Parts: sequence; structure tokens; C-alpha cells
Amino acid sequence: MRILDRLAHIDRRLIFLTIGLAVAIPIIMKLKMPIRISSEVRSAYETIEDLPEGSVVLASIDYDATSAPELTPMFRSFLRQCFRKKLKVVYTGHIAIGLPLAQFDLDMIATECGAVYGVDYINLGYRPGYTAVMIGIGREIRDFFAVDYRGVPVDSFPMMEGIHNYGDIALIVDFAHGLAAEYWIQYVVSRFGVRMFACVTGVMAPTLYPYLQAGQITGIIGGLQGAAEYEVLVGQPESAAFGMPAQSIAHLFILAFIVFGNIGYFISRRKK
Amino acid sequence: MKREVPIIITFLTGFLCVIAFFIPHPPLGDLQQRFLVWYAIVYGFTMVLGLDSLLKYNVKKITQRKEGWQYSYVLLFGLALVLVTGFQSWLKYGTPFELRSSFMYCYIHIIVPLQATMFALLAFFISSAAYRAFRARTFEATLLLVAAAIVMLGRVPIGKMIWSEIPVVSDWLLNIPQLAAKRGIQIGVYLGGVVMSLRIILGIERTYLT
Amino acid sequence: MLQSIVILGLLAQPPANVIAYDTPNDEGSSITLMWERSPADSGDAILFRGYEIYRSESATGEFKSVGFVPAGATRFDDGNSEIQDGKEYYYIVRSVTDSGFEDSAVVGPVASGAQWFNSQRVNVLAIALLVSLLVIYYIRRAHAGGRLFVRKIAGLDAIEDAVGRSTEMGRPILYSFGLSYLNEVWTLASLSILYRVAQKCGEYSTRLLVPHYDPLVMSAAQETVKQAYTETGRPDLYDERDNPFLTADQFGYAAGVDGMMMREKPGAVFWQGYFYAESLILAETGHSVGAIQIAGTTSVEQIPFFVAACDYTLIGEEMYAASCYLRPEPQMLGSLKGEDLTKAMIIVFLLCGAVLGTLGILSEHFFDYRGLSVLFERIVQWFNTF
Repeated sequence: MRILDRLAHIDRRLIFLTIGLAVAIPIIMKLKMPIRISSEVRSAYETIEDLPEGSVVLASIDYDATSAPELTPMFRSFLRQCFRKKLKVVYTGHIAIGLPLAQFDLDMIATECGAVYGVDYINLGYRPGYTAVMIGIGREIRDFFAVDYRGVPVDSFPMMEGIHNYGDIALIVDFAHGLAAEYWIQYVVSRFGVRMFACVTGVMAPTLYPYLQAGQITGIIGGLQGAAEYEVLVGQPESAAFGMPAQSIAHLFILAFIVFGNIGYFISRRKK
Repeated sequence: MKREVPIIITFLTGFLCVIAFFIPHPPLGDLQQRFLVWYAIVYGFTMVLGLDSLLKYNVKKITQRKEGWQYSYVLLFGLALVLVTGFQSWLKYGTPFELRSSFMYCYIHIIVPLQATMFALLAFFISSAAYRAFRARTFEATLLLVAAAIVMLGRVPIGKMIWSEIPVVSDWLLNIPQLAAKRGIQIGVYLGGVVMSLRIILGIERTYLT
Repeated sequence: MLQSIVILGLLAQPPANVIAYDTPNDEGSSITLMWERSPADSGDAILFRGYEIYRSESATGEFKSVGFVPAGATRFDDGNSEIQDGKEYYYIVRSVTDSGFEDSAVVGPVASGAQWFNSQRVNVLAIALLVSLLVIYYIRRAHAGGRLFVRKIAGLDAIEDAVGRSTEMGRPILYSFGLSYLNEVWTLASLSILYRVAQKCGEYSTRLLVPHYDPLVMSAAQETVKQAYTETGRPDLYDERDNPFLTADQFGYAAGVDGMMMREKPGAVFWQGYFYAESLILAETGHSVGAIQIAGTTSVEQIPFFVAACDYTLIGEEMYAASCYLRPEPQMLGSLKGEDLTKAMIIVFLLCGAVLGTLGILSEHFFDYRGLSVLFERIVQWFNTF
């Protein structure tokens, strides 16, 4: 009975150790699990599929190292889908240090898909101003981005010919770990009527469901689960799909702890 | 006078920003954007204040040999390292964010793993918080517990393996009751924000002007 | 397939009914063009590349390319700093296929201009005026001596107990704004709570630690604490180094505050501001050092974490109401009353909307009558225009 009593007061270090093992072991053993595609991820995927060849997609990098494990797989899958569909990608963002981090992936996937810099994609780099930049692009992108991230005039690249403002951009995809996705919706989607979907961390995803239901965004790819679903849809499951068994088992253990805690709680309450 | 001047400035700025939202004609059209640029400039300078405060705090810890004073040396060393590599990269490549620069080397090999580690701690803390918080003390708490369990299972592949309808129920919980409660709170938050702004513009709310 | 491309290329036909007009509701320097799709444009960019837009200052002068939109598009906003308001311009829209092109007739002259009122925002203006007038009315009424009631907020009532408990234990108090910036309304709300906490700390001679993420918030908080100490007759308690800036990095800040909590073992912790994923990392560490924790945030997704880990949580708008609760002057309470009435109106409106929308669907389904649905859609559309 004392053991059952103790269930209500398990040492948190034991919980930490168990969760650590529950995450590590499936990764070490390379477990696999089938992945179900949710409607919000499918509709995000189909938004890109429905774009005609040559359409311009603006990718905004609004995350940094903290959420890279969740958002990098989404960004890679997004680039693969865009380059395979022969869409043109304009790369920018509002976190100075996040842009060079994601540039690794941009360069890697561009090489993998045979995309050419300045023709199929362009890296405009970072400009301070945040919402001021978002709103400003609605008038003329060159007001903020006269040169690319290396200081080369954007007009020297063939793909920038005819790209001036949101009227020339078919879709915005925001990769965000903070409020940036909401700012894009409030300042750009509402004002300029551009289509958008958001790729966000698991913690932030629930915030965006009201916008999805209201039709202000066309999809949400949220957290590692969303990233795994997107990888499966794009046909190249990688780190996110690989991480799902670990997440599944960790969730099971958390549930087990909750059950133990309740058993202990009821026993101690009955005694009282 | 010390209080009246800031209140007048607040009133004029707030009022102008509100009417500029409805008047696109210059010079009001881009007023908010202009204010944001000013804020960005002021913000840049306040970083110096922050640096001053950080140095004072850590130097005090070292001189007074307060608990953990050794870590202040690590912090000061890190600060110097980032500054030096930042300037060196800027001089060499014209930007510290060039992928080959020493600044980016420090960022990718020190800051990225440290930040990812801190974020990963969340997995452990969320487990211990869930263990403590989800107790079936009342009927409402039991409902919350059951809903949490369904959503946790529904968000991962194992949920579907246990019962194929778990993800469907989980989606329903997220899209209907969760969203309804969230919208209710959000409407309250936005309305509260509007009224608080109104109090500030009208000069009724003055606590921040101490 | 190849044959059809060549045929369509040879037959590239121009877009029909091209019109150009001054872009409405803007600050000038923008002209909008609209057209009907070329018969050759099936929306497929392989068969039909798109439309190239040309601009000139005279109908017969040289036309310069100003933009390109892919197949399927029927609109182009020529918003460019080159365009001078009041000056007349002429346009041509060219259909482009892989093997040829065809120009529309010249349209124009058209001139751009700035507008004095954005007519698309009439809805926002109407709602803003209604809310403002209600709040101002109640503020004036309260000023004239109306009786007003504000319900209990446990988290704010607990401030004194929390500071007292810390003092008895000989431990400091920790107050955090989270990742808030000074230009955000919740930061100003948090400053008023800090003021009360600092006053209590002054009364009990308890040390108050306020680590910061934003240097501007730091300056404001330092002044607030100094003022509160001075008002309680204990200016000597103030030490600028108890109000330090840690870092402007999210998890760096979380690590810094966690470290501070582990070393200083505060008896009470206040989390009042905007928080992201670090909320639980902070609150769980606070719990592990045995501190009484009072949280308050407008960040809806972090509220559950605080509720799980803290003793009291101010949910959403309660934070904004804190200054009125702590300083219950008639004008402040009047504004709360106005807010409550606005909320009641929103609830009534939402209920009416839901009933109307449901009746619309039912009447369409059973009686084949679309009137209610159309009315509902119009109302939704009015709110959506922005």
C-alpha cells in the first residue's frame, strides 16, 4: 500500500529519466510508425499543388535555432514541393539570425532539385522593421529589398522581373515560432488579400485554428506531427517522420504517469 | 508639468495613429510605419543600456563573490567572444551572417545546440507539470484529464493504432470546444487591450508614468 | 500535346476589356489594371505563360514593361514610386505564349491619386466609435458619482500574502515581464502590477528581483520600482542591479531566470507579461524552489501551462483590469463597465449571427429560400472587408 501511496508523489527526477529514455530508445532503435494525414496539412499541401507553374511563393523565415528541429523539416519539404512544381521562391524573414540558419537548407534543397539562384529562387536576406517591412512590400518590394543578401541588385536577377508587390505574389508561407504568423495574417492577408498558410511550432499551432476556420489561411502545418505529415505528402519522409515514434512513446509514458498520479491521489484521499 | 507633457504626447501620438489608420493620404498614410522606424532606432540605442546593466550585474557578482560568481566570468567571456567574432566577420565579409564567418561558426556550434537543449527541456517539464496538474479532483478536472489524454494520443501515430477514431475525436476537441474557449478568451483580451489603450490615450491610466 | 502548344502559341490572343483606374483607398502612386482572360489562357502556364504589363507617358510613346503575372491572372496593381500622382499614363496588357505574343489596345489616360478616407474601413470606424463612445460614456458617468462594482480577482488579492510569506521566510521576490516589449499594452498593464508589488516589498523591506529581456522595459521597471520604494519611505532599498538586463534571447532569458531562481530561492514569483514556450520552463523551476507563483498573461496558448504550474493565474483580460482593481478610482472602474457592456453586445450579436446563419441554411434546405443566407453572407462580408 505504501508503494501505491507514493504514486501520488513520484520524484520528478524519475519522471525526467523515464521521459529521456522514452525519447532516446525509439530513436536509437529506428522505430517506424504509419502517419495519418490531417485535413489542415493536406489543404496546405494542396494550396501549393494548385498553383500554376511559374507562380511566385514568398517564404518568410520567422524562427531561429530554438525551433529549428520542428520547422526545418517543414521548410525542406516546402522547398522540395515548390522546386518540383517549378514555382519561384522568394526567401526573406524577420529574425536576423534565423535566415542564415535556414539558408543551409535552402542551398541544400536547391542543389538537390537543380534549382538555379536568381532564376528559381532568391534570398533577399533580412531587413529590420518587422511589420513595417510586411506592410511596405504591399507597395514595392524594392523599397526594402533593392539588393539581395549579398548586396547584388535584385533587378539583375531574371526572376525578380515583374515582382513588385503582393499583387505579384501568389502565396505566402510563414515559418514561425512566435507571433509572426498572426502578424502576417493581420497586416498582409487582411489588407492585401494574398493567400497564405503557416508552418508553426506545436505550441503555436492552436493559436492559428481560428484563422483557418475563418478562411484567412489555407492550412496549418503544426509541430513535429505536422512536419511528418507534410514529409509523407511530399514523398520524402525524413527527420520529422523519424521522430514520431519517439513522440508517441513519450506521450504514452506521460499518460502512464498521469494515471499513476491519480491512483495515488485516490488512495491517499480514501485514507483521509 | 512633469506628468502633463507625457500625457499630451501620448494623447497626440495615439490619436494620430488611430486616425491615420483611416486616412491613406500623405503625410498620415505611412505615419504608423514612420513611428515604427523611430521605435526601431530608439530600441537600437537602448541595447547600450542593457549592456551596461548586464556588465554591472555580473561585475558585482564577481567582486562580491556571490553564489555562482564563476559563471559570470563565462558570461563575460561569451559576450566578448561574440562581439569580437561579430566585428571580425563584419570587417572580413561585410556581414556577420556570412555562413563561412567566425560569428556564424560560434552561432551554429554553440548557440544553436544550447538553444535547442533549453527548448528540449520543455519535454521534461511538461511531463512533471502534467503529472501534478491532471488529478481527477472534481468532475470538471476529470473532463479536462480525459480530453487531454485523447488529444495527446490523437496527435501521434500510436493513437490511431490504439483506436482508429482517436484522431477524429482529438480533432473535434481541438476544433470545437478548444476553439470556442480560446475565441472567448481572445475576444476578451482584444477588448481589454482596446479599453486599456483608450484609458492610456485619454490619460486616465497613468500608473506607467511613474 | 506539342502540336496544341504550337497552335495556341500562334493564336495568342490579347486579353479583352482592359480597364485601368486609380487604385482606391491608397496613398497614391498606384494604378490598377483589370482585364478578361485571353481566349488562349486556360490557366495552364505550360500552354500560356501569362500577361506582361507595359506603361507609357503618352499613347504613342515608348512603352516600358512594368510587370508580369502568370496565366489565369486578371488583375495587376502597378504600385510604383515612379508613378507621379496627377500625371497621366497609358497601358498595354500583352498575352505571352511560348511562341508569340499579342497586345491589347492602349488604355488610358489614367492618373493616380491619394485618398482622404479608406472607405473599406468604414466597418472598423463604426465599431471603434461605438466601443469608444460606450467606454467614454461610462467613464463620465462614474466620474459623476455612479456606483460601480468590480468582482474579486484572487490573483491580485494574493499579492500581499505572497510578499508577506516571502518576508517571513527571509527570501526575495522575483518579478518577470517575460518576453514583453514596451510598445505592447500588456507591458503597461504589468507595470501597474509591478508598482503594487514594489510598494508591498517597500513596506515589508523585502528584496525585489526583476530580470529583463528588453532594455526599454528595464528602464521603465527601474523607474517604477524606485518610485514605489520612495512612496513607501524606503528609497534606500532600491538597487539598480536587482533590476538587471539578462539577454534579448528567448531561451537565454529562461536559463538566466532559472539560474537566478535556483541561487536566490525566491519565496514568491510573479510572471506578468507575454510568454512563449519558455513559460513552463520558468514556472516549473519556480515550483521546484517552493515559491508561491502568481502568473498573468494575455498569451492564450500559455495560460494552460501557468494554470497547471502556478498557484494563481490572471487570465487574459484580468491582466488589463489589474490597474483598475488595484486603483479602484471611479474613472478606471467606469472604463471596465464600458468594456463589459461592449462584451455583452458582442455576445448578443454573435448569438443573433449564429441563429441567422442556422435559419439561413434551414430555410434554404427545407423551403428553397435563400434570402436569409444572402443576408447572413452580406453581414459576414461587411465584417471581413478590411
